Amino acid sequence: MTSPPSPAPHVAPQADHADKARTTLQRIADLRAWLFLAFLILGFEIWSRVSFGGTFMFNTFNIQSIAVFAVAPLLLATGQTFVIISGGIDLSMGFIMGLSAVVAAHVINWATPGMGFGMAVLFGGLVAVIIAAIPGLVNGLLVAILKVPPFIGTLGMFGVARGVAFLLAGGTTVPVKNEVFAALGNGKFYGVPYVVIVAAIFVLIMHYILSQTRFGQHNYAIGANAQAARRAGINIKWHLLRLYILSGICAGLAGVLYAARFSAGAAQAGEPLLLDSVAAVVIGGASLFGGSGTILGTVAGAFVIAVIQYGLVFINVAPFWQFISVGVVIIISVLIDQAQRRFSGGRQSE
Amino acid sequence: MSAKPTPVGEPLLEVRNLSKNFGPVQALNDLTMMVRAGEVVALAGDNGAGKTTLIKAISGVYQPSSGEILLKGKPVSFASPQEARDQGIETIYQDLALADNLTIGANIFLGREPMRRAFGILPVLDRAKMAEAAKSTMALLDFHVSRLDAPVSNFSGGQRQAVAIGRAVYWNAQILIMDEPTAALGVPEQRKVIQLIHQLKAQGRGVIFISHNLQDIFAVADRIVVLRRGVQAGERRISDTSHDEVVKLMVGG
Ligand SMILES: Nc1ncnc2c1ncn2[C@@H]1O[C@H](COP(=O)(O)OP(=O)(O)OP(=O)(O)O)[C@@H](O)[C@H]1O
Ligand SMILES: [Mg+2]
Repeated sequence: MTSPPSPAPHVAPQADHADKARTTLQRIADLRAWLFLAFLILGFEIWSRVSFGGTFMFNTFNIQSIAVFAVAPLLLATGQTFVIISGGIDLSMGFIMGLSAVVAAHVINWATPGMGFGMAVLFGGLVAVIIAAIPGLVNGLLVAILKVPPFIGTLGMFGVARGVAFLLAGGTTVPVKNEVFAALGNGKFYGVPYVVIVAAIFVLIMHYILSQTRFGQHNYAIGANAQAARRAGINIKWHLLRLYILSGICAGLAGVLYAARFSAGAAQAGEPLLLDSVAAVVIGGASLFGGSGTILGTVAGAFVIAVIQYGLVFINVAPFWQFISVGVVIIISVLIDQAQRRFSGGRQSE
Repeated sequence: MSAKPTPVGEPLLEVRNLSKNFGPVQALNDLTMMVRAGEVVALAGDNGAGKTTLIKAISGVYQPSSGEILLKGKPVSFASPQEARDQGIETIYQDLALADNLTIGANIFLGREPMRRAFGILPVLDRAKMAEAAKSTMALLDFHVSRLDAPVSNFSGGQRQAVAIGRAVYWNAQILIMDEPTAALGVPEQRKVIQLIHQLKAQGRGVIFISHNLQDIFAVADRIVVLRRGVQAGERRISDTSHDEVVKLMVGG
């Protein structure tokens, strides 16, 4: 390469200034969910000390409970993070999770006599996750090939998965008789619940995929400018297909862990969690317009919701306040996102 | 950057008797032109003259209805823009085709990201390599950017144009095609882009650019091809012509 003929300072100095301010603001925005979380915990800690003279956060039982409580919404939210970054949304995750919980329960019950406890759990869990990938695949086909808007396509799948899950469950919950499964759901390893360990490993893998692989990089590009991605030679159809399958797999794993925790599969297991999952992603700093978001932000977002929900029960506030508080946090997050967008991304709204 | 460059002055791209119709609309009619290595050719003409159609036919977006395209003397036909790009013909689209949320490096490598192995095993994106390539490529274009970790949405229109051109340069495009590269820019940035085109020429690449701005054309082009209703209305060396003559060719008279 030849050296440039003149060292002209083409980047205007004031532009560089603005860049720094923007970058700082961006950093704060990236961290906002963690800041929220810290304030929340601090708030509950103070409240708890003042009104009961006890600690909230330095209580192993509370930490374990919150972590277990956060597992299913967090798993849904990791899949949702990928989908939202791509510019889509997956409304079917809640019932895919229920479907997976019911399938896991049935298959484990069926396989236990022949395979023994441990193998039946592995087999049943695997089958449930694979089954969960099928509605994900259909979502992908609808969005990628048939160009159905994600909101509509996955809404349709929401209905289908819901119906199939209830049919398979026979309208009730399906109890599981398998002690290994129950141990997976309720046992601990040095105080850390197994389900939390499984979820943590899975979330780490998802973080790796989003931040370190081509798949993750293309996901961001597609969310920001699908046409640019296409022109750069990225196979968008193939990407979206895999994306929605991945989302289905996340819901599938959430369903299996849920069934383990309660030793039962229930079709409605994930019903209340879908909106929580979207909320966690938004609180975590992703934009619903696509193109931004991180798994680490989503983790904080999921814990913000879990801490609010658990904390309010802990301090004896009527449970309906949970809805109000989570709603307020979502609105604040979106407002921050918009303020930041207005400040840094004038070009995006052109 | 491998592929041996064509010596300056040798023909890079030839278009022979190219026609393209959309149903009854004859957008291009029996058009012939050539681009040599190290040469900048401007396409001019009134709205609807067929300029965009011509470059889309060259870059593989449209299939010509008839006629021939030769690359370094060999007949070629491109089923897609990707095929044209693989042969070294890169188009800089008016809307730039950048992913605004990614860095310069990530945009240069979009779709062909380099990987490395973390801890000797785990494949991860090689961000250092992307940043390094971004820095050296932008320097090659005489653009010195300090913020290699910032998303390109932070940069100005001219800088973003340079990123789009930088991507083509990094992947060793021999022919760059630009549809009104200065149309959306302020005056200082327009000048910067004109300077960029000079750089590309100096590097021995061939450039085709569409412009409605005669000043730009006279500032940077070696030759001008004027289109009128799909027909070649004239071709001049810039040194042998004037604004007046070009305008006459464009409007016909
Ligand atoms: N995809 C298409 N389908 C039908 N007609 C088209 C298509 N693309 C271009 N045309 C027609 O072909 C003719 C040439 O259009 P083209 O876009 O090439 O003109 P242009 O010289 O680029 O004009 P401008 O300066 O306005 O960009 C016009 O009459 C246009 O309406
Ligand atoms: Mg045009």
